[in-house]
Amino acid sequence: MNRRLLIILVLLAAAPLSLWFAVSQGSLDIGGTALWHALLGEHGAAYLVVRDLRLPRALSAFAVGGLLALSGALLQVLLRNPLADPYVLGVSGGAAVAALLAMLAGFGAGWMRAGAFLGAMISMLVVFGLSRAASVWMQNRLLLTGVVVAAGWGAVISLVLSLAPTAQVQGMLFWLIGDLSYAGDPGAALLALAAGLAVAFWLARPLNLLLRGETVAAALGEDPARLRFVIYLLASSLTAMAVTLAGCVGFVGLVIPHILRLAGGADHRFLLPASVLLGGEFLTIADTLARSWVAPTQLPVGVLTALLGVPVFLYLLVRAR
Amino acid sequence: MLETRDLSLSVAHRTLCARLSVRFEAGQNWIILGANGSGKTTLLHALAGLRMSDRGQVSLDGTDIRTVPHRQRARRVGLLFQDFESAFPATVLDTVLSGRYPHLERWQWEGAEDYRLAEAALDQVQLAGFGDRALATLSGGERRRVEIATMLAQDTPILLLDEPTNHLDLHHQVRVLEQLAARAQRPGHLNIFVLHDVNLALRFGTHAILLFDDGEHLHGPLSEILQRPNLERLYHCSLREIRADGARWYLPA
Repeated sequence: MNRRLLIILVLLAAAPLSLWFAVSQGSLDIGGTALWHALLGEHGAAYLVVRDLRLPRALSAFAVGGLLALSGALLQVLLRNPLADPYVLGVSGGAAVAALLAMLAGFGAGWMRAGAFLGAMISMLVVFGLSRAASVWMQNRLLLTGVVVAAGWGAVISLVLSLAPTAQVQGMLFWLIGDLSYAGDPGAALLALAAGLAVAFWLARPLNLLLRGETVAAALGEDPARLRFVIYLLASSLTAMAVTLAGCVGFVGLVIPHILRLAGGADHRFLLPASVLLGGEFLTIADTLARSWVAPTQLPVGVLTALLGVPVFLYLLVRAR
Repeated sequence: MLETRDLSLSVAHRTLCARLSVRFEAGQNWIILGANGSGKTTLLHALAGLRMSDRGQVSLDGTDIRTVPHRQRARRVGLLFQDFESAFPATVLDTVLSGRYPHLERWQWEGAEDYRLAEAALDQVQLAGFGDRALATLSGGERRRVEIATMLAQDTPILLLDEPTNHLDLHHQVRVLEQLAARAQRPGHLNIFVLHDVNLALRFGTHAILLFDDGEHLHGPLSEILQRPNLERLYHCSLREIRADGARWYLPA
């Protein structure tokens, strides 16, 4: 308990630090005092760069990281599968197809985001409808339906990539790897993150019960069918929101919850808020490195998440034996 | 306390028990016996309110159990499953504390009293001091006792136990059944066991239900029901009866 509280406190303290790191990095060198004044809204040379470019992007990164980690933690319990990530049920595939088609048609970033969100929602409803149509609504059926629908979207993505003019393919690949340069205003995503965390936290104790199995949860007074339905809708919506902003950023949703389970156990009252914080911080730092590491070339953040995350996770896993 | 009226259950179009009407009263230790696949577990789950019946109903304190709010039901009836799964690692104490779930409000955290009950339950199954251990490091018998402790922490007047002696050594089989059976002596308490061991049934039961594999059943006071002809019909094999010190044992002939 104390260890979990300590981890949460450390993560809470690290959140502003990661954001500060993000707004301080970039081609224009801005000193600490000037940065502070710009953040507080004082108009000056740094104001536009900090308030209109770096801060929204840092907040978008934080929101996306938090959304993905939260969604991953939820889906791992829902599917009772440690390998589950936010994309396993095809939500991102639907979003990707719509976003890529929007790019192919030459629409701007706003339409692309709208398309991605719509695609994600359609995919979510298709998977839910198909797995629901069978009389028994089992977790295996949900997983299988989701994986097969995701494979279908994957094929369409490959088709679009093959047919697209070469000049557009790089932008599409960036979207598929995960890239925050089209993120836009982070307000909606931050709101979704806060609301999502509140709902998820409300479900934390039932989720703990679900870890022990559905029949056990039923015997202890839960309604597993209703619980699963709510978790599915919540996790899918969180994923939809994240991919709308940043494409398919990998790794965060799969590994952040596992890192925290290794560090503090599987109690969801700890795991869910900690995932939001660590996921947000991790992606904020990864995105800052992605845009400053080999500047002026900007890397898609998805490259960095795995490059940073894989060694960290493997180290923790080996040490945890 | 618990009652079945005209209860019929079937699985995959096979009738397991037809039109069973039994009243389970406080102070009794019921034993459900039957061959593999005769419907013991199905009946137990129906008694727990987790399963729809084909006809008839189970009533808890006079109300159809399927209409009792889930949490309220879980404060009255505890169920020990035949086996358990664990996809994610958990500690012994966290597992046992999950038994307190129906007693806590949505936002409430486990308090000192919940921890005390969980520790006491672990102590009762001789696992005191195991709280911080990961479930995965326990033996099968120790995990079984963790499951039993979880059910004890749930602290319900009615216990439904599906083969509680699974994985337990001889000493713990007797010890656990002694403790659980003694629980029925508390006012308003009732136990219903599914067992495979006729001799343990004879030792700890007061009443019995025999489920034959054609959907028929016999129920009543244990001493009347657990007789050699019934048991030979139940298990499709001939049995030897051994009598000594005023007790009797059955062994396969």
